Amino acid sequence: MSTLTSASATVRKRRGSRRAKHIVGRMLIYGALLFWAFVCLFPIYWTVSTSFKSAVDVTQGHLIPWLDFQPDWKGWRSIGLSPDSILRTSNPRDEFMSRFENSVITSVGASLLALVLGSLAAYGLSRFRYKFAWMRNDDILFFFMSQLILPPVVLALPFLVLYKALALLDTRFGLILLYTLTVLPIVIWIMRDQFNSIPIELDEAAFVDGLSVWGAFLRIILPLAVPGMAAAFILSLVLCWNEYFFAALLTSTDAKTLPVMVASQTGSQGINWWSMAALSTAAIAPLVLVGIFLERYIVSGLTTGAGK
Amino acid sequence: MQISAAVADGGHHKPAPRPNLARRKVAGRALVAIASLGGLFVLLVQILHTTGTIRAGFTDWRPILYAYLLWSIALGVGQVMIRGERGLRALFLLPAVLFTIAVVIFPTLFGFYIASLDWNLSSLEGPHFNGLDNLIALFNDTYYWNALGNMLFYTLAVLAEYAIAFGLALLLNTDIRARKFFRVVFLLPLMLSPVAVSWMIGKSLMEYRFGPAATLARSLGWDNPAFFAHPWIARGSIDAMDAWVSIPFIMIILLAGLQALPKEVLEAAKVDGANGWQSFWHVTFPIMLPVSITVLIIRIIFKLKLADIVINVTAGGPGGATDTVSSFIYRVYRDRSNVGYGTGLAIFYLLLIIVFLSVLLRLTSRRMQKVA
Repeated sequence: MSTLTSASATVRKRRGSRRAKHIVGRMLIYGALLFWAFVCLFPIYWTVSTSFKSAVDVTQGHLIPWLDFQPDWKGWRSIGLSPDSILRTSNPRDEFMSRFENSVITSVGASLLALVLGSLAAYGLSRFRYKFAWMRNDDILFFFMSQLILPPVVLALPFLVLYKALALLDTRFGLILLYTLTVLPIVIWIMRDQFNSIPIELDEAAFVDGLSVWGAFLRIILPLAVPGMAAAFILSLVLCWNEYFFAALLTSTDAKTLPVMVASQTGSQGINWWSMAALSTAAIAPLVLVGIFLERYIVSGLTTGAGK
Repeated sequence: MQISAAVADGGHHKPAPRPNLARRKVAGRALVAIASLGGLFVLLVQILHTTGTIRAGFTDWRPILYAYLLWSIALGVGQVMIRGERGLRALFLLPAVLFTIAVVIFPTLFGFYIASLDWNLSSLEGPHFNGLDNLIALFNDTYYWNALGNMLFYTLAVLAEYAIAFGLALLLNTDIRARKFFRVVFLLPLMLSPVAVSWMIGKSLMEYRFGPAATLARSLGWDNPAFFAHPWIARGSIDAMDAWVSIPFIMIILLAGLQALPKEVLEAAKVDGANGWQSFWHVTFPIMLPVSITVLIIRIIFKLKLADIVINVTAGGPGGATDTVSSFIYRVYRDRSNVGYGTGLAIFYLLLIIVFLSVLLRLTSRRMQKVA
């Protein structure tokens, strides 16, 4: 009897220690998660909060609004985007808006163009067998994917010379062409995976109904490929929006994009922290929103082909 | 242009009457021929105009672009006329191929030509041929070799990024609350532009006098928290920023791999009495190896393009300690307008990358995830 109780006591004790271990483990996991969440969020928080600080608050490292420092629209006023200055004319705001517009047009334009070219090629590669000289489908796919390894710096200087001759220097169209090229491999990769997941029987049924190859593609397959297209489009958008290297070399006044504007401000002497912070916040805000609300598409775009 | 497609659809199209077909084929060939001749003619006129042989021509080369576009359309129409059904199929691939040839293949070949020129945009005399002089100058350029050495460090740092990302992926794969929240938060740095990150972290958080990171370092006992003064610390700081932006990318792909992991295998390991650490090293890690190698190679490819952060935070300093090849070439062009030499450096770098990646792919191809 006594041995029995002692045995059940050890079992209980062991169970108790296991539970303690479990709780410690949980705490470690959540501690690590919270730590990394802090690492990810603090730079963003710091930038956003700095755009509401005056010089003293920056130098003294005040962090918490209303407690540490009194928030003020200072940074936003300096780029003409605060509530009291938004209705008045403002040169910095005009400059900002034109850069913003350039960024929107180039990134949306390039993503759309890449989506059109990439979807067509991906559909072809997924459904038909091509032979181009010695190249088969796999070689053609590799040819497209191999564009990824090309560092921008290799293309930048030839493009500078070519664009000068073509009168495409400092134009949005010129940037769109280049950005299309940088995202095209990724679009083809995602869309080929998407088309491969759509059963070929659907195409065949469409042929039986008398549709041509293009009719089947446009009317039957393309509507089913919308999730892949959304993922490819959003991923391209992010990459194009953040692109700096080509924009810095190939634009000067008219077609400058937001990253170039942000970079040119950091270079100048005696930067105003609050206006830089406001500018950075405005430049990253669209993508932070994309990241929060369209995370699903970005993840599905990035993980194409992984884990299979 | 030899694009043909195997018949895979069971002949659903009706063959056209013979004579009609032959006439259409001839018309198609004629269209392509006329378009090609027209394009070549425009090109010839423009070349002669530029060299000053003839008066007629265009002020810039833009019409050549339009001519290429028209020729591409004619080629597409011609394909359909000559090959019918198979031409229609070729039409799917043709736009992307023609686009890539125009904006990648041609400029890269043009780059090889520029690389053999002595061409400084700021000097009055135009380009002139100097053969392999750029290549010889390159071998004596200590800054360039220094930048290549730095690339070695940055590339090796990918392993550290991978270790952190793997840890985060494992954390996200455990049974936790608010997983969606953590996943979105961990993904956010990937969304931010490297230029904005340069300012947000490099120039403000790590600011020597009152940046929060410097304040934290002081309170931890580092008297002189200059993140960009000592070569090794500067390299580390630059890489930390790049890692901050790109760890989410590795993490997301590893997480997808972990979620596709067969559950039975882990349970079997548990039944066999393996603890967490053992089951990770003997089960999870080996199964994840193909995904890991794939993501590492993709990450290395992107790492080799690293430039934005270096250009904006340190401009290569101190003394070239943080320079990447791209940022160095950027300055060769920006500060010295040396197009010929800069292109030479870039082309040499491209050749190095191709050799390096070929070896890497050859070594890992058996272990890699089947890509194509």
